[in-house]
Amino acid sequence: MRIVIIDDSGLRATVLEEGLRDAGYDDIHIVPPRGAFVARLERMAPDVVLMDLGSPSRDTLEEMLTVSRALARPIAMFVDQSDEAMIGAAIDAGVSAYVVDGLRKERVKPVLELAVRRFNAFARIQSELDEARTALSDRKVIDRAKSILMKQRGLSEQDAYALLRSSAMNQGKKIVDVAQAIIIASDLLGGAL
Amino acid sequence: MTTTLRIAFLPLTDAAVLAVASELGFAEEQGLSLDLVRTTSWATLRDRLVYGQVQAAHMLAPLAVAVTLGLSQQPAALAAPYKLNVNGNMLVLASDFAKALEPNVKSRLADPLGTAHDFAAAIGLWRRKPIIGVVHRFSSHAIMLRYWLASAGVDPDRDVVLRVLPPSLMVEAMLADEIDGFIAGEPWGSAAVEAGLAEAVAIGGRIWRRGVEKVLAFRENWLSDNPDSTDRLLRALAPAAAWCDDPAHHGALAHLLSDPRYVDQPAELILRALTGNIVARVGEAPIENPDFMMFAREATSFPWRSQALWIYSQLVRWKMVDHSAENATRAGTVFRPDIFRRALADTNVPMPGASMKLEGALDLPLAVGSRRGELTLGPDRFFDGRIFDPERIEEFLAGFKSQR
Repeated sequence: MRIVIIDDSGLRATVLEEGLRDAGYDDIHIVPPRGAFVARLERMAPDVVLMDLGSPSRDTLEEMLTVSRALARPIAMFVDQSDEAMIGAAIDAGVSAYVVDGLRKERVKPVLELAVRRFNAFARIQSELDEARTALSDRKVIDRAKSILMKQRGLSEQDAYALLRSSAMNQGKKIVDVAQAIIIASDLLGGAL
Repeated sequence: MTTTLRIAFLPLTDAAVLAVASELGFAEEQGLSLDLVRTTSWATLRDRLVYGQVQAAHMLAPLAVAVTLGLSQQPAALAAPYKLNVNGNMLVLASDFAKALEPNVKSRLADPLGTAHDFAAAIGLWRRKPIIGVVHRFSSHAIMLRYWLASAGVDPDRDVVLRVLPPSLMVEAMLADEIDGFIAGEPWGSAAVEAGLAEAVAIGGRIWRRGVEKVLAFRENWLSDNPDSTDRLLRALAPAAAWCDDPAHHGALAHLLSDPRYVDQPAELILRALTGNIVARVGEAPIENPDFMMFAREATSFPWRSQALWIYSQLVRWKMVDHSAENATRAGTVFRPDIFRRALADTNVPMPGASMKLEGALDLPLAVGSRRGELTLGPDRFFDGRIFDPERIEEFLAGFKSQR
């Protein structure tokens, strides 16, 4: 069974490919959705095409599948329209799967399930990364607010932070929001604050 | 108790009514909370609706018809009781290509028929078969583009290449020379003009003066199982649409839509479609198009069955579906004026007395029968003067034979 993964996030495609290889599938190709990717796809004659549901290139792919004569058999989304739980899980995970007509659903289902698991795992990694990035930028904001307070009020770094924290607690706000407000106010007043 | 409804949308200016209903308290007044799900492709929006991830969607009217007819992946009976807007797209072509057209952009836009013929003459002079981006096979704009091209004898399936791309990637594709122009909902045409890549060549509202665009689509079975939520949603959208139409609010609306959660483009670009002040060539004075995009006036949101049937007639014309009485009935009943009437019965929304009308018959504004309030329909002519009688689809289709 030939599986093509259309994905422009190198990392996610790799995560998915690894999982499929571990499960014993070895005819796997990754195609980024750029330029004439549908033409490449046609030459590969895949049995299953897996794609990120959020990819804007889905419309392009579907159009080409509709008008293309190069694919010998029609290709449709999902393998078994009656399996609503599977379809729901795939949509939640952000997987779209196009499967050639006639491929037995018992053969495709494990592929789809694996794709769903891997996409979910990838989403978790992604959100952890995003959180780490946010934490980093939060710290930068707080540092800047601290230095404004230190400069304008002649405070030590420790006292500046304590002031930020107590204002946040008194107002029931996150420290980073208070810090952001200080930076905005300072910018508005041309740094005169 | 507040009911939460999930509604999928694409980042386009004509998602305005949903954003405003959600953000300015119109939904809240009806005991609703709207969870608006930003989606990048029409295929995903369709799947979210068909497979029940959302209760409703901001959908291309022809796509709702096509899904119901089983032409776009999993067939599902969809229902559209409310139109989110009328008009609002434009065709832009690479500045080099546009050199072969009428140089005075104001005259060019004012004369779609002449411009279509100029386009036809320019095809052979271009360095390749012109590639025009469309947002979906079943988009209002793709259908309008086909209509416009065919009027000058251009076969859209033979003489040009129509390439499907999501609206938000059109500008990038022009930059990469993958397409020679595109037709899409705003603000994407304006974005390409502003980037100096393209010029406006035709405006949707000048091709069909009251062209159907996006509808609010539901699954038919959800709609019949949830009459109360449906009605409350429509009662939230009607005043939101009136708010959007009010010129005094255009600035605030453009600002709201520029938010990354919605269109994520500069407010100044979004404003052009709202006010109808369209810049056709970068750096030039805007050209006034008062009905460039409409949300509420003239009963814009009323889902005339004849409009669903006009869409159907075009799908038949381009051989996307075979004509049969059964298909015509299914297509026509996607639009649900009955639900519109039920939901808005006790409001001050003007209510047309009929559910079908001739499309393209009005040259001048016309006061029409309305169950309540005054209702004047604006001119709704097609640029080629054709009139669509929903009772005589075959006759209408036969009139196009010479164009194919």
